Amino acid sequence: MNAAANAQSTGYNFAYLDEQTKRMIRRAILKAIAIPGYQVPFASREMPMPYGWGTGGVQVTAAIIGPDDVLKVIDQGSDDTTNAVSIRKFFAKTAGVETTTETKRATIIQTRHRIPERELTAKQTIVFQVPIPEPLRFLEPRETETRKLHALADYGLMHVKLYEDIARHGHIATTYDYPVEVAGRYVMNPSPTPKFDNPKMDMSPALQLFGAGREKRIYAVPPFTKVRSLDFEDHPFKVQTFDTPCALCGVENVYLDEVVLDDRGGRMFVCSDSDFCEERRAEGHRGELSGEEPAFLKTAPAVEGEAT
Amino acid sequence: MSAHLNDLPLLSARNLGKHYGARLGCADVSFDIYEGEVLAVVGESGSGKSTLLGLLSTELPPTSGSLDYRMRDGETRNLFDLSEAERRFLLRTDWGFVRQDARDGLRMSVSAGGNVGERLMAVGARHYGRIRDTATDWLTRVEIEAERIDDLPKSFSGGMRQRLQIARNLVTHPRLVFMDEPTSSLDVSVQARLLDLIRGLVAELGLAVIIVTHDLAVARLLSHRIMVMRHGRVIETGLTDQVLDDPREAYTQLLVSSVLAA
Repeated sequence: MNAAANAQSTGYNFAYLDEQTKRMIRRAILKAIAIPGYQVPFASREMPMPYGWGTGGVQVTAAIIGPDDVLKVIDQGSDDTTNAVSIRKFFAKTAGVETTTETKRATIIQTRHRIPERELTAKQTIVFQVPIPEPLRFLEPRETETRKLHALADYGLMHVKLYEDIARHGHIATTYDYPVEVAGRYVMNPSPTPKFDNPKMDMSPALQLFGAGREKRIYAVPPFTKVRSLDFEDHPFKVQTFDTPCALCGVENVYLDEVVLDDRGGRMFVCSDSDFCEERRAEGHRGELSGEEPAFLKTAPAVEGEAT
Repeated sequence: MSAHLNDLPLLSARNLGKHYGARLGCADVSFDIYEGEVLAVVGESGSGKSTLLGLLSTELPPTSGSLDYRMRDGETRNLFDLSEAERRFLLRTDWGFVRQDARDGLRMSVSAGGNVGERLMAVGARHYGRIRDTATDWLTRVEIEAERIDDLPKSFSGGMRQRLQIARNLVTHPRLVFMDEPTSSLDVSVQARLLDLIRGLVAELGLAVIIVTHDLAVARLLSHRIMVMRHGRVIETGLTDQVLDDPREAYTQLLVSSVLAA
């Protein structure tokens, strides 16, 4: 559907925001890319969804999306939670773009909490929804002071936070929103992604954009930029590890979600990235709880007369 | 220690003045302080002591005057010409500031160890074990038990908080420490212990200290020299014993005579 036809059918400008607003956001994005990790203030708009639902990410996506883009939206790694479904529908309606759940087909991936397990490519842009962009916020409440600390690269406070973690828990207990240093300069919040995903940000070929709607900030990590997680020499940065493989597709070394099965302590661990898990199952991988191959999968190839 | 360097003042103020609009904060303050020397600034409340301390610690911009400091590399710089980055670096390496209210000088939601370690981390220490060892060492030196390293300052008594503040400031081995009424919120016996501790550390580390107090007993116990302020101006300076035993100005005489004989 072209832009004009879309405008006619929905009454909205392409991708909801008016062109001047998109231009303003694009300027902020360009500045953010030019200064990796630096939080650029922008005139965040009211969106037709509540704060906390990804209004920052939606505005960034609206500013960069074109009619030929294919959009994927994930929430906690999953394509089919309310948040992801509504945002996908929002853009399907206001921009008329194609949406997908497949990571490899998407050109823009808007995300909350996860970076897909499949490695992103240079043709893809990932847009993060950010609730609190300021990594120093809980240590230094004054915005004037945090800005000064960023300007002077005065990041000793960040380590005080990690020190407190080790002093209290014996290890760095920060597991999400784990602070990173971008391109050797700015310290940045990677949004509430688990620290498991931090290494994926390092030297990623994809452009990474971060939008915080309520806090009115945009920041970015350009492709192939060094992203280092902060740590101590004697307590180096480590990602979470899981004892069991995914119960459905049997994969190891990915980020797993715990699913409670009954009220007697039954539980299973499954891939948090639902598309990744489905793809593996379609390839025939099986986990211990995936049981027998579902009937529809068995019969479908049989119709084609192929062995599985 | 090279003799010729110590012949030069560490900090020298010339005609420092601060006006808050038409109101006078302090005016025409000039003095030198040398390494290892303790200078007490005394006077009644409203006499400009805290304004002066604000100026000296570069927290307030002056209306007039200059302030020269001999940096660690031996070069003398005008403090008001320093960049913000240089100023902050100086504040957390070569200087210390012990506040009257420990809540202003400590991070109350960060453990004692974190409070002491903050300056180390700010200047690039990235080894948890070593930071912790240094913090433990300093806590012991200010008579806080090492096992309280992970406790929050909230759980500390007033005297312990002041001692923690001192440890936090001294951990980077500063050469100049500002103290703003460090003992005034403590009861008398705790005051005495704290003063004893400060006196010991000052002598041991060869610190230069500028201490603001309204308590002449504190001044007598700690300081070598004294500066009496009134209405924003310095009215009398001299050796502490000399000024307190034989005050020249009428106001100083009044101040000295108003102290209850112990």
